[in-house]
Amino acid sequence: MQNRIIELKDIKKSYGQVYALGGVDLHVDQGEVVGLVGDNGAGKSTLIKILAGAVRPTTGEILVRGEPVSNWNAGRSREAGIETVFQDRALAVQQTIIWNIFMGRELVGPLGFLKVRKQREEAERLMREIGFTSKVFGPSSIVGQLSGGERQGVAIARAMYNQSDLIILDEPTTALSLTETAKVFHFVRQARAAGRSILFIGHNIHHVFDISDRFVVLDRGRVALQATKAELGSAEALVRFMEELAHPGGAGVQSTGGTV
Amino acid sequence: MTDTANRDGQSPAKALDADTVRRVAEGKHADRSRLRRFLRDHRPAVGSFVVLVVMLACFFVGNPEVFSQWNMYRAVLIGLPVVLFVVVPLVYVVTVGEIDLSFPATIGMAGWVFALVVQAGYDPFLGIIAAVLTGLVLGLCVGWLVVYANLSSLIATLGMNFMLRGLIQINTEGKSIALVGLPKTLTFQIFGGQFFGIPVQVLWAMLFVAICSFIYNRHRFGVHVHMVGDNPDAAQQMGINIKLVRLKTFAFVGLGAALAGVAAVMINYTWWPTSGDGYLLPALASVFVGGTAPWGGIGTIIGSAIGSFTVSFIQSGVVGAGLSGFYVQFFYGLIIILSLLGHRWNQVRYR
Ligand SMILES: Nc1ncnc2c1ncn2[C@@H]1O[C@H](COP(=O)(O)OP(=O)(O)OP(=O)(O)O)[C@@H](O)[C@H]1O
Ligand SMILES: [Mg+2]
Repeated sequence: MQNRIIELKDIKKSYGQVYALGGVDLHVDQGEVVGLVGDNGAGKSTLIKILAGAVRPTTGEILVRGEPVSNWNAGRSREAGIETVFQDRALAVQQTIIWNIFMGRELVGPLGFLKVRKQREEAERLMREIGFTSKVFGPSSIVGQLSGGERQGVAIARAMYNQSDLIILDEPTTALSLTETAKVFHFVRQARAAGRSILFIGHNIHHVFDISDRFVVLDRGRVALQATKAELGSAEALVRFMEELAHPGGAGVQSTGGTV
Repeated sequence: MTDTANRDGQSPAKALDADTVRRVAEGKHADRSRLRRFLRDHRPAVGSFVVLVVMLACFFVGNPEVFSQWNMYRAVLIGLPVVLFVVVPLVYVVTVGEIDLSFPATIGMAGWVFALVVQAGYDPFLGIIAAVLTGLVLGLCVGWLVVYANLSSLIATLGMNFMLRGLIQINTEGKSIALVGLPKTLTFQIFGGQFFGIPVQVLWAMLFVAICSFIYNRHRFGVHVHMVGDNPDAAQQMGINIKLVRLKTFAFVGLGAALAGVAAVMINYTWWPTSGDGYLLPALASVFVGGTAPWGGIGTIIGSAIGSFTVSFIQSGVVGAGLSGFYVQFFYGLIIILSLLGHRWNQVRYR
């Protein structure tokens, strides 16, 4: 399976007595958009943090392009071509946009000194390309001076810089206006057309359904459903399934009309 | 956006030329003047420079005769390198979000090793290398306690300071080491002599400040220090080895303290078992008087170097101005509080 970018096998993660993840299998192939949905606290962020190397699983196996990895960490994850927009954005707010975009992979010369001009040009180009420009801030503005949505733009820009193989977006549109949300979706489609993969987490089922090829529903640390778009047929089917999960037996039927 | 701007440009007022429109569009309207951009980018450093100038002006008005003599300043310059060698690495440690109070004992230990090597008849250059190695090892030990054993840096480094100083006291029983032959050696001429009336050590210390400032602002290590101090979780999630970065800053303090220890011995050709003790509070004060933020993530090497001069000058200044020595502590406190108030207004803490 040469186009399988990443695969997680039987991942468990416990925080003390509590299992945030109780044996999850997940894989992402090249060029597909996987929608990961589930209730608050289902374990979505924990799962993608494990993928991104920011959290160590208690047990389980991670395979990158078919090869098992050892000592998986954030640095390796990025080297393997995985970029992540975390739910909390992971920005250093007292530093400039440039420094944040290049956080952890600064452009340096042979002695480790920054290529200041290059970083500035690249940041300007990137921000122009993805339409993340403004008259009130530039690449050397301090991130702490930006609005919540603008900060999110910085995090997304950072994830887009490397043309990486897999981009993980943990609720990327929560703080964004309609036009900005549309930009994110446009980007996701563009990346997919270019043969890159996306793992998309969102609470708006209709949005997630629109954009994804395949769906994984997490429920209290376990995979409750894996299905392709064709198998599900419509967003309503997914909504109904999730309501059935939350209120087993009947309750779903009652509220379907209200939600859809 | 461009449409509106063009319309404005064509309006009778003609207030906006094309260049201004472009600058506003690129968010650079605040950067128009070079001077203003410099002041904005270096606010804390400029602030601590203003503090220094105001303080010198006050002293000068108080006693013009004394303060127009070069000797007044030379006396301060002689002791300054010792402070600079520790203040600069301390800025790194504070920026990374920690504190190190063990440097006085490291100054003592490294100076001791230097004195022992020279006393045994080896070239002082070997002594410097031995001292630096000592400082690095001690810095790594302190760093290990904080970073890998997860102790609070405030308490752990305080404990290390007492313990190392205690070891010195136990082994020397309070006896100092005089190095009579030291001034005749070539190494001393290079590192401790005089150059047109300026103590050579000051020049070395200034070189040290310049290099470290460049690394702080322009080297990957410096960037990582800022990132870890600003948001350690983010730094870790972006693949920065935050423990290693923290450990390195503590090792760096050890290195700086070792240089300070050697510099202290070179002033009087004598090592005392208390060597370094007197620098604890002035060095710490210098870091913050210089405009480095106590909460981590931002700081300034140049500013803190200026702050070191300010703090070092207070003692000589107060006495030179004709006040009794009893005023020294009061002025220490006054300058520190005033500086912090100034920087507080200067630095915004973003969250
Ligand atoms: N660092 C932690 N320490 C203890 N428990 C944690 C930690 N991180 C997550 N958990 C627990 O793990 C479970 C899953 O959390 P996670 O953040 O993965 O949920 P989520 O699916 O992303 O939810 P949301 O949609 O609200 O973002 C939660 O019950 C949470 O309390
Ligand atoms: Mg989450």
